[in-house]
Parts: sequence; structure tokens; C-alpha cells
Amino acid sequence: MQKFSTVTGIAVPLRRSNVDTDQIIPAVFLKRVTKTGFEDALFHAWRQDPEFILNRPEYQGARILIAGPDFGTGSSREHAVWALRDYGFDVVISSRFGDIFRGNSGKQGLLAAQVAYEDVERLWEVVEADPGIPVTVDLVERTVSAGALTVPFDIDDYTRWRLLEGLDDIGLTLRDEESIAEFETRRESWRPKTLPIREPAESGSL
Amino acid sequence: MNAVPTPETRPRTLAEKVWDAHLVKKGDAGTPDLIYIDLHLVHEVTSPQAFDGLRMAGRPVRRPDLTIATEDHNTPTLAIDRPIADPTSRTQIETLRRNAAEFGIRLHSLGDVEQGIVHVVGPQLGLTQPGITVVCGDSHTSTHGAFGAMAFGIGTSEVEHVLATQTLPLKPFKTMAINVEGKLRPGVTAKDIILAVIAKIGTGGGQGYVLEYRGSAIRSLSMDGRMTICNMSIEAGARAGMVAPDETTFAYLEGRAHAPQGADWDAAVEYWKTLPTDDGAEFDAEVFIDADALEPFVTWGTNPGQGVSLSDAVPDPAAIDDQHERAAAERALEYMALEPGTPLKEIKVDAVFMGSCTNSRIEDLRAFASIIKGKKKADGVRVMVVPGSARVRLEAEAEGLDKVIEEFGAEWRFAGCSMCLGMNPDQLAPGERCASTSNRNFEGRQGKGGRTHLVSPLVAAATAIRGTLSSPWDLQTEGEGR
Repeated sequence: MQKFSTVTGIAVPLRRSNVDTDQIIPAVFLKRVTKTGFEDALFHAWRQDPEFILNRPEYQGARILIAGPDFGTGSSREHAVWALRDYGFDVVISSRFGDIFRGNSGKQGLLAAQVAYEDVERLWEVVEADPGIPVTVDLVERTVSAGALTVPFDIDDYTRWRLLEGLDDIGLTLRDEESIAEFETRRESWRPKTLPIREPAESGSL
Repeated sequence: MNAVPTPETRPRTLAEKVWDAHLVKKGDAGTPDLIYIDLHLVHEVTSPQAFDGLRMAGRPVRRPDLTIATEDHNTPTLAIDRPIADPTSRTQIETLRRNAAEFGIRLHSLGDVEQGIVHVVGPQLGLTQPGITVVCGDSHTSTHGAFGAMAFGIGTSEVEHVLATQTLPLKPFKTMAINVEGKLRPGVTAKDIILAVIAKIGTGGGQGYVLEYRGSAIRSLSMDGRMTICNMSIEAGARAGMVAPDETTFAYLEGRAHAPQGADWDAAVEYWKTLPTDDGAEFDAEVFIDADALEPFVTWGTNPGQGVSLSDAVPDPAAIDDQHERAAAERALEYMALEPGTPLKEIKVDAVFMGSCTNSRIEDLRAFASIIKGKKKADGVRVMVVPGSARVRLEAEAEGLDKVIEEFGAEWRFAGCSMCLGMNPDQLAPGERCASTSNRNFEGRQGKGGRTHLVSPLVAAATAIRGTLSSPWDLQTEGEGR
């Protein structure tokens, strides 16, 4: 994962709440077996409308999405993060995120910056008044700045550290391999195992 | 002087007990805890990129014996003996088969008697047990919490992480008690409880929490009912929902293929009995629901919190105080093509979908069949019944439910996720309206332009008979009831 510190770019004001993962990327696009190439799938249904904010010329090349509350609710599909990232977004700003979406973002270098709702409103107003105005998101300082406005954002310390350092979670966990192996020696023997396969008492056929 | 309670003697909630029992390494102020995962369920949609990651890093699957895969999201529910027509769906299934073979993972493929929706298969095999941790790259993993397990959905990066390490770095959740006291009236079910909970706390109300469903109405539910409730915890924003294990849980598990046996069974039950929340344990939040007052519930909008009793009317957005909820309601009514003030029972449907990990177990099918038995479906309504697993299908056929369903004029399909999310050919056409026993009424969820009303199996059945959103109560008043 690349190190993340500061992003400056065009920000898109998406004035919608409860943007669920089915809107971010519909299920029909989840059939691919790769991690890239999802840019066309992003907000697929909404982008059919030429007036949809992402289709407007002034917001082309945007890197920051400013959305209403409860962004990324719904399914666990990490494809939602891949689609945002493939489209070119580095940051999503909202006053509240779906838990799984937030976790997925942190693992894929997409910054989910939680901003108080009043501040989201103020950011929307600044960006709508001057579309294309450069917006800067500073992960070190935990701030979002647009013109004369600077507002703070929340992110948990651990995710921030991993993003700043560009660290891979699995590598970090495997440093504790000994603790995992030790834990496994203490697990009760009756805990469920999928192998070897045990047949049910009565079987049938289709 | 009383001693200060130590962490071990302090009263704890069910969720805290399961968490503590899986601590590989305690985190500190800046770092999360490392939690051991007892059971990892895998399906074709969220796993290919995870296996790719392992391959690129040269990492094996740490515990194939704690991992199991099924094919469910893409699988057709007709003509399952023929090759899958959609090439991308076929590729995804074939990729899972290749990955399972390469990494030594147990897989139940289409046509296998244990194939089915991953959240139906785990409990049915007896793999889902009290006090364990369960993850899957699917948000409805919360289903397994019905057994007193800590079960939650994860993204593909976390799937790879669990495959490689059998652990996850996690921050402790907060706990919320959902107290449901009283007795459900006939015709009111587990699905109505959870839809009412979501309408009450909202789609974001559970964010950051594990929900524990408690109270007399929960205790009197069967395991299938408890699974329906825990399944939709994610629709309330919570990653996990739990019900304390009790005799109902033990009776469900005893004798299942992967349940403990003999002396192991006794040891397990003894442990499971220690799991329920201690008296005096504190929750971070509490919610109260009066089961006596609940009616059959239905959603009118495009998020699962937009629901009301079926006897109500479509709400007027102008009467909603919160500006976001008002805007969301306006948008939802436009998408759903509904006018404020319309009685919900006057809304005509084009389709009824009976299935999904929320409501496709044998009891759901029995409930549905009990209402439609000996009747014909309404003209012009397409009714599709999709069992949750191949085994549920067999069980239903052994009871003759397939005949009841077919004589009613409904389609009796093979097992899978089907029209819950329309990754396979089972989709709504644009503008079609569906009463669905599934879990999400998002825009386009069941097919582009499709309109979804979430309901219980009983409401789905009554709606299929009358052609308009209906509950069994409406059949009785017409003298059409059981």
C-alpha cells in the first residue's frame, strides 16, 4: 500500500444520505475476479443521468468525495472501495460511515474522513459556490481545507498510522505468529472443525 | 470493604465473554486487539482477490480445517445441471473451485447436497456454535449470532487476512441491548420484530455496536426466527447481533454433523451455559420494543429503516422533522412511485420473492406454505420460492411443501441467494414491484429499476394470494384464512 499524507484536488459535493454500497457499485459488477477496472461501475445507475453531479464537466478529475451521512452502509463488498479508488477518489468525507465500508477503506488506501455534519454543510457550500476549487485533505494534521475554510476530521489512530506508513495488515499480524500458535494450543478440542468432513446422520440426494 | 472487581469477576455481557475468550493479543491505546477466528465461511464473490493476494505473497491458508466454502450468490436456481450461462458468473464459480482445490478448502458446489446460502449451510451442518467467532466476506454473517456466536461480515482484504493468519485486528465493539418483551400475536413474526427495530433505531443506529437481542419474545423464538433477527443487524448499522444460547440452541445443535459428540458435547454445553450476559453487566445503550403491540411490518422506501406497520399509510415526507430523513423519504417515494397517504394495503405488486439468508429456512417455507395451501396466487403476480440450501429443499420436498407451492402457481427453485441481489438471472424488470422476504430494499437491489418492499414470509404469502400488500389478518377478515 502506498504511503498517504496529503491530497489536494477537486472535490465533488454529493448531497445524498444513506448512499449504500448497492448504489456505489451494483451487484452485477461484482462478478469480476480482479481488484481493478471498476471505475465504470461506480454509481452506475446514477451516472446514467447526465445531470448527475459526477457527470458535470467542472467535477472531472475529482479526488475527494463529500457525501451526506451514512455513506457506505449495506454489504461488505470491498468492490465499493475499489470502484471509488479506480475512479480516482483518494478521500471520502461524510459525517457517518457504514462500519464495514470504513474498515475496507483503510485497508485499500482510501481515506474515510469523518467530519461533523455542520462542517460537511460548510464544505458543500464552499465547493458549490466555486466548483473545482482545490480542496486539501491533510492526514497528518487531520484537517480538510477549502479556500478560507479549514475543518477537522476524525480517523482512528491505528488506521491513520497504517495509512501514513503504507503498512500491510497481514505483515503486521504475522509478526505475532508466535502468539497465534500459542493461542491455538489452548483452544478447546471440541470447537468446530470443517475437516475432516462428517456426514449428517441422514443423507439424501437432489 | 468490598474488593474491587477484577476484569475476570466483573459482570460481563455475552459479547464481552466471547471477545475475551478469543484474545490472541491485547492491544493498547493505539493498536487494536488481535482476535482469533474459529470459523471462516467463504463464497465466490468476495474471495477471488483474497486468494490472489495469498498467491502473490506465497502464503498458505493457515487453517483449512476452520474454513468452508459454498457457491451461492451467482448460482442459477433453474437447470442447475447445465453449465452456467453467464460467462462472468461461470468464471467466478470456476475460480472458487480452482482456489479451493489449490488451497485445500472444503467446498460445496452447485449440485452438492450441502450447497446453499453460506449462512444457511453453516448452522445446518452444526458448524455454527455458541461462543465462537465467525467471519465471512458477506455482511449478513451476523446471522450466526443467533447461536451466541460473535459473527460479522468482512471485506476482501480481511478475508485474505483471515485466510493467512486465522485472526483479525479489531477494536472492541460497544454493546447495545435490544429488549423485546411480550408475546407476538399470531401472524407477527421474527421478521416483523427486526423491521420494527430498524425503523426505531435507524440504519445507522447500531454503528459501532454489537446488538444483543434479549427478552421474553426473543427467548420464545425458534433458532430459525433468531437467525432472521440477527441476520438483519447489519441493516441497523451493527456488524453483529447476538442471542444468548439456551435449551432451544442446544436442542437445535444436538446430533448435527459437526456438533460436538459424546463427552465433547457435555463439555461444550457446560461452557455454553456460562455465556449468557451476567446479571449486573452494563450495556452501552439499551432499546425497548413491546412485542405485544407489534403488527406485520413492511418497508415503503429504499432503506430498511423506512418501514411501518402494514395497516398504516405511506408517510408524508413533509411531516418528517429531520432534514436528511425528509430528503431521503422524498427521493425514496419518487423511486418507489408512491404517493404519501396511500394505504399500504392498496399497493399492488408484480412479484413475490420468498427466499434469501433472512427467510429461506425450513420454518420460513412451512410458514409460507401454511398460508397458501389449497389456494391460487393472484393473477399476474409472479411468485418465486427459493430454499436457502439444497438440504432445506430436500426437507421441504419430504414434507410435500413443493407440491403446495407448485399447486399455488409459484415457482419452486433450487437453492441460492437468487433475487435478493440479482447476481444470477433472477431479477426484477425495471419498474416491477416486489414483496420480498429478503433484507435490503435499496434502489436496484433486486434488478435495475426494481422496487422492493421487505416483508415476512407470512406477509409474502398473503400478498401473493391477494396481489396487494397483505397480511394473514386480511385473509381472515375475508373468510379466506386458515
